[in-house]
Amino acid sequence: MKLNELTITEAAEGIRKKNFTVTELVLDCLRAIKEKNSELHAYLEVFDDALDEAKKADEILGAANHEERIKLPPLFGIPLAIKDNILIEGKRCTAGSKILENYVANYNATVIRKLKKQGAIFLGKANLDEFAMGSSTENSAYVSTKNPNDISRIPGGSSGGSAAAVAANLCVAALGSDTGGSIRQPASFCGIVGLKPTYGAVSRHGLIAMASSLDQIGPLAKSVEDAAILFDAIKGKDDFDSTAVKDNYKLPTINYKLNGVRVGIPKEYFGKGLESEVKRVIENAVGKMEQAGAIIKEISLPHSEYALPTYYIVVPSEVSANLARFDGIRYGVSAVTSHQLSISNLYDVYAKSRAFGFGAEVKRRIMLGTYTLSAGYYDAYYVKAQKVRRLIRQDFEHALDAVDIIAGPTTPTPAFHLGERADDPLQMYLADIYTVAVNLAGVPAISIPAGCVEREGKKLPVGLQFIGKWFEEEKLLGIAKETEKIIKLH
Amino acid sequence: MSINIKDVQHIAHLARIELTPEEETKFEKELSAILGFVEKLNEVDTENVQPLTGGTLLENVMRKDEQIDNDLQGKEAALLDAAPEKERGYVRVKAVFE
Repeated sequence: MKLNELTITEAAEGIRKKNFTVTELVLDCLRAIKEKNSELHAYLEVFDDALDEAKKADEILGAANHEERIKLPPLFGIPLAIKDNILIEGKRCTAGSKILENYVANYNATVIRKLKKQGAIFLGKANLDEFAMGSSTENSAYVSTKNPNDISRIPGGSSGGSAAAVAANLCVAALGSDTGGSIRQPASFCGIVGLKPTYGAVSRHGLIAMASSLDQIGPLAKSVEDAAILFDAIKGKDDFDSTAVKDNYKLPTINYKLNGVRVGIPKEYFGKGLESEVKRVIENAVGKMEQAGAIIKEISLPHSEYALPTYYIVVPSEVSANLARFDGIRYGVSAVTSHQLSISNLYDVYAKSRAFGFGAEVKRRIMLGTYTLSAGYYDAYYVKAQKVRRLIRQDFEHALDAVDIIAGPTTPTPAFHLGERADDPLQMYLADIYTVAVNLAGVPAISIPAGCVEREGKKLPVGLQFIGKWFEEEKLLGIAKETEKIIKLH
Repeated sequence: MSINIKDVQHIAHLARIELTPEEETKFEKELSAILGFVEKLNEVDTENVQPLTGGTLLENVMRKDEQIDNDLQGKEAALLDAAPEKERGYVRVKAVFE
């Protein structure tokens, strides 16, 4: 087995037992990247200092005795891919946009500072839809990432680069961000685990903001246990993000019994639009949970059908405000220094820098948000959406009073072909139909591989989504881990 | 609700994005389609529902009124360096009033 194929748990054990060095682990990852990235385009940039960092880690290991090695943090020496909307000091951060083509971060995101403190190693920056706006990674201004299960298909998005890197073993694990499904949906399409933590569980300081009332950073990993290790490393209160509030988490539960666990199946997630084969895979997985003693109950989330329209008012509104900072004046690409663009006044600097730097989906969302926030339309669109958002949150409050966890498909279909939905924004938005409500409500959710469907001779993964109560990641991860075990057994 | 080309031009002006005539036509069509899609929300009775204005139910998060270490301290030069035009330690911009 090549070392890049290991999970965090396996790699951490191997390093501590001196079965292999961190340098060997990183070298195997770099070899895999060299071999496959030109085809998959999971990474936008691969760092040239990863090997130096690995050597430093090996020096620390060499000087440590057995007890000291055991006590090292769980992510010590673990090579990770980081979505390119998360700042690493001294490294470029493009957010997949031309407007930040040459932008170099001046500070570390809180999650990066925490991972560095553990001794994790960053291999490079993973591709994404521009400013995390998209469901296929085709909106990246640089390149489209391919799905490792079938390179004629998209990996999902917006954390498509992170998901493809994990699925193709171009790293051990990765970080992504999830505003409406951007971790869970690509995890589902690529056949890996993706966790969107509770809103307020992880600091977004140093994450390039898309929609601030929804954005959350989370792990993409090869196992639920790995996702738990990464989540444990990045969570917690932060003075630099006042929404990051929770500090007293216990370690994610390792052994959780499915016996007696109440699983809610929302009937709205199994209706029109869900492909029958995907449905069969999910029902099969739920059936296995039942055999293991879980109590399956049909529940209702009555406002489900309004989640997507609510999302497409709330998100563009927040986008139009958040992306006002890209003005061609303080950083990023500017019409001022471009020889192709002629400017005569300050207005031109704004309007031409933004026209040149932003791609089609970003412009579309800024325009839509500007409209829904503008005088005369604010109440009809934005306030209306916020009211429906409360009803959506209440749906989850009621449902999660009666069950421990909600289960359903992560996406209505497996990964689609490159270009298949690129010209129709509304078709593209439908890929997130089961994931956006979770962000609107702020609850945590995870996607784990449930099985595969066959298309054109290729096996395409299907993701099972679990949704838990606010700040109950321990339970969510515990149930997901047990389910992962029984799905693998069969 | 559909919007016309004049609306598109007005929104683009507010958003400070210069559009080509082709983009204006494209956005007229696409924005109208999305606005038609979100109109579905009018089916929902939201009488007496308070808007949920953020991702959390928290209202105020307080901290002590003390200086905290900022991770940008001492990086003024690097921050300024990112600006396309600067002069004597300031970011240079075109005249605000003409």
